Amino acid sequence: MPDYRNIKVVVNGVEHELDVETRTSLGDFLRQEIELTGTHLGCEHGVCGACTVLLDGEAVRSCLMLAVQANGHEITTVEGLAEEDGSLHPLQEAFWKHHGLQCGFCTPGMLTSLTAYLGENPEPNERDIREAISGNICRCTGYQSIVDAALDAAKKMRGE
Amino acid sequence: MGVRYIGAEVQRMEDPRLITGHGRYVDDIVFGDMLHAAFLRSSQAHAKIRSIDTSKASALSGVKKVFTLADLGPNYERRMNQLYPAPVIEQNKTQYPLAKDEVCYVGEAIAVVVADSRAIAEDALALIVVDYETLQAVIDVRTALEDGAQLAHSDATSNLMGKMRSKFGDIEDAFSKADHVFSAGFMQHRGGCHSMETRGVIARDDPWGDGLTLWTSAQSAYLIRRALANWLGEPEERVRVIAPDVGGGFGPKAGFYPEEIVIPLVARIMECPVKWIEDRQEHFISTTTQRDQYWNLEVACKSDGKILGLKGKVTHENGAYIPYGILLPNSSLTPLPGAYSIPAIDVGLDIVFTNTVPNSPVRGAGRPCGIYAVERMVQLVSRRLGIDPAVVRRRNFVRPEQMPYETGAKLRGGDPVIYDSGDYEALLDKALELSDYDSFKVRQSEARKEGRYLGIGISSCIEDTGMGPYEGTTVRVEASGKIVVKTGAASQGQGHHTMISMIVAENLGVTPEDIIFESADTGKFPHGIGAIGSRIAANVAPSAFDAASKVRAKALKLAAEILETAEADLDIEAGIVRVNGAPDVSISLGELAIKLTPPSSTRVPIGFDPILEATSFDGSSGSPIASGTNVAEVEVDTGTGEVKILRYSVAHDCGVMINPMIVHGQIVGGVVHGIGNALFERMIYDDQGQPLTMNYGEYLLPLASEMPRIDVTHIETPSPLNSLGVKGAGEGGTIPAAAAIIAAIENALEEFSVEVDYYPVDPQYLTSLIEAGVTG
Repeated sequence: MPDYRNIKVVVNGVEHELDVETRTSLGDFLRQEIELTGTHLGCEHGVCGACTVLLDGEAVRSCLMLAVQANGHEITTVEGLAEEDGSLHPLQEAFWKHHGLQCGFCTPGMLTSLTAYLGENPEPNERDIREAISGNICRCTGYQSIVDAALDAAKKMRGE
Repeated sequence: MGVRYIGAEVQRMEDPRLITGHGRYVDDIVFGDMLHAAFLRSSQAHAKIRSIDTSKASALSGVKKVFTLADLGPNYERRMNQLYPAPVIEQNKTQYPLAKDEVCYVGEAIAVVVADSRAIAEDALALIVVDYETLQAVIDVRTALEDGAQLAHSDATSNLMGKMRSKFGDIEDAFSKADHVFSAGFMQHRGGCHSMETRGVIARDDPWGDGLTLWTSAQSAYLIRRALANWLGEPEERVRVIAPDVGGGFGPKAGFYPEEIVIPLVARIMECPVKWIEDRQEHFISTTTQRDQYWNLEVACKSDGKILGLKGKVTHENGAYIPYGILLPNSSLTPLPGAYSIPAIDVGLDIVFTNTVPNSPVRGAGRPCGIYAVERMVQLVSRRLGIDPAVVRRRNFVRPEQMPYETGAKLRGGDPVIYDSGDYEALLDKALELSDYDSFKVRQSEARKEGRYLGIGISSCIEDTGMGPYEGTTVRVEASGKIVVKTGAASQGQGHHTMISMIVAENLGVTPEDIIFESADTGKFPHGIGAIGSRIAANVAPSAFDAASKVRAKALKLAAEILETAEADLDIEAGIVRVNGAPDVSISLGELAIKLTPPSSTRVPIGFDPILEATSFDGSSGSPIASGTNVAEVEVDTGTGEVKILRYSVAHDCGVMINPMIVHGQIVGGVVHGIGNALFERMIYDDQGQPLTMNYGEYLLPLASEMPRIDVTHIETPSPLNSLGVKGAGEGGTIPAAAAIIAAIENALEEFSVEVDYYPVDPQYLTSLIEAGVTG
């Protein structure tokens, strides 16, 4: 029989309290229950990184985590990166400017992973960025434009 | 003329949605009463099905119904149709939408569960019992044609699907005049597309309303509409296929799959929308892939490296069924003789069934294989004769003054292969300069002093792009002044919205932001072909240009009458038609549109058809031939066999570039696909046909940490075959990449006499070659 638990989570600043089936992954929960479909499931075995979201600011794979494990935590998805007035996050601006996306499917995970990474290391070099996204697979860009975008965004975020 | 957009690095119109999480991929589409499907797939590579027991699965709470082939209805126990019939196909094996009594690869769909949720549907799969009678599987394509070989299909006469041959010139004369004949054998393996979005289908049937609608993650919506309507025996007009945002395609999404029959049928039977989203494991075993090709070639040449002829034999692994005609094997042969003027060629190719996932093109289709083969032989000539590989290329290139150059080969439709334009030596020069080729020997010897092994490799290619017959565009000005642009051309990330908007905006005197863009929806544009073979820019761009030109002409003609001036005195800027020198005298495109769509009891201006609109299917009058040279510089760790790409340089020519930023992205992304082929991606089956690489820990895709920075430069030789001078750019990065990298590896390991005879070159294989070189 399905097993449900009541959980409270804050997603992109909005509090949600609801019953979820215990086996539901955080990714499915965000997409199906909270109806935020910006988080994409690419491999569902924790390698491709498309489903990455921020849990209390830290990058996690929402396919490898259960929704019930997020109880009491704050989650940021790609929909929560821009300001409330719609102005884009510097990473989003830079991805747009540098052609850092083609099909756009891996992009949410790239943006969330890099948001967390630039928080830890505001002055990365190219090698650092390549290591930081080595757990995110992009099949379109060859990564180069993503790396360029991330370096540019880091610069902007440092106020340079 | 207003603002120039063609040639500018315009930021993409697609991106604001996609970077904020507001894309609309198939799995993002939800209907309130929607059910969810999951497929039971064969666990056996080859077996008879004695029985399927679905009773326990059907009884599970939340399961609506379980379907086998018989449950789809008596009219539907039929195999799928051949999408691309061809005389070459001697045994036309297509699959049933759900297996009937025999399965021929691990992953073949057998049954489908429809349930309240995907999770419940998957629970039910485990409760279905299939009684198999296991048959011997055919896996090794090299022995599959031997007498007494097991058969991949129990009712087949042999494992031969068909034979092809590319033959032109006097091959015997070429070999009789040769100073040298060299031979080589090598295996080429290409894996799957592994688009980050898997496949997925939603179907909704509304017999008294819209008919049957499919949302599917696909490259060719119109092909799916026709194939589905044909198979069902229903009118195309009652089938609508929509490709929404598609998360990568790369070839395998260009076909028509069993799920695109089964999901519509079960949606019809259940009388509600049904969604199926492929999971990644299914992608490994049910999405078509490329597989192995074994090449054995002989090259005849003079002592100066001038190549006279090329002959040999290819064995091509087809997988279990033929979902896609012979497009893949055919495109392996048509690129011969590559960028070179080789007077005689005779290469035969056997297409062979095995019990593996059916084959379809992956980025470049067979072109990377054909070009790899030619480049390997050029490399062999260089090596055996001790002539620099750049020099051998110079002595053999088709020269600009030979254009248009007819190679002697034939395209699939029987038309001759004609190189329309290009300067292959100029590309070589640019790539050599970009890679500091001249100083490489210094770098190599410096590194060698430190015990490091550096190598450099060159690969040149041509690419037949823009295959016909057409794509189309409609441009319409609506009353609001917004410009509606519709096309059949689907995008899987190539930026068609931006590219087409730039062309229309420039020609019509509006901004790209004024454009409302609709594509890849058979309900919105009457017909199209699809995004395959680097064909969209060379087909849809001329049509967009032409349609916009016609709308512009109509707008100017009407404005001239209304403003009582000559058309030549008018210009359009920011959507306003103004009289030159009298800018206050003007009329907007929106107002003109209203004049041409007037209310009742009024009239359309005399001499005009209603609606400020035009449609065009103007395209290319042949295949524009793109070209390029790549140079790879690698370091090989002789202890571990690790290959590190230190530099990668590309000189490419895709004619006039509409948006150089997008072209750059296509080339870099394409190169990385080629690097994946050369070094990483391998789909392995055991001798029973069980796939062994079923996740991204086992099947390796290129990662950011291993990819080099790729330097790209261009020359622009306009194609004479279309109005804009454009050529395709989608696959030109992939096609030459493997040959450049492997030549570089061999160059690094010359003292070990390493000759690579298959790819992907994994460390284990490479260390075995090095060890053989040390001891040998």
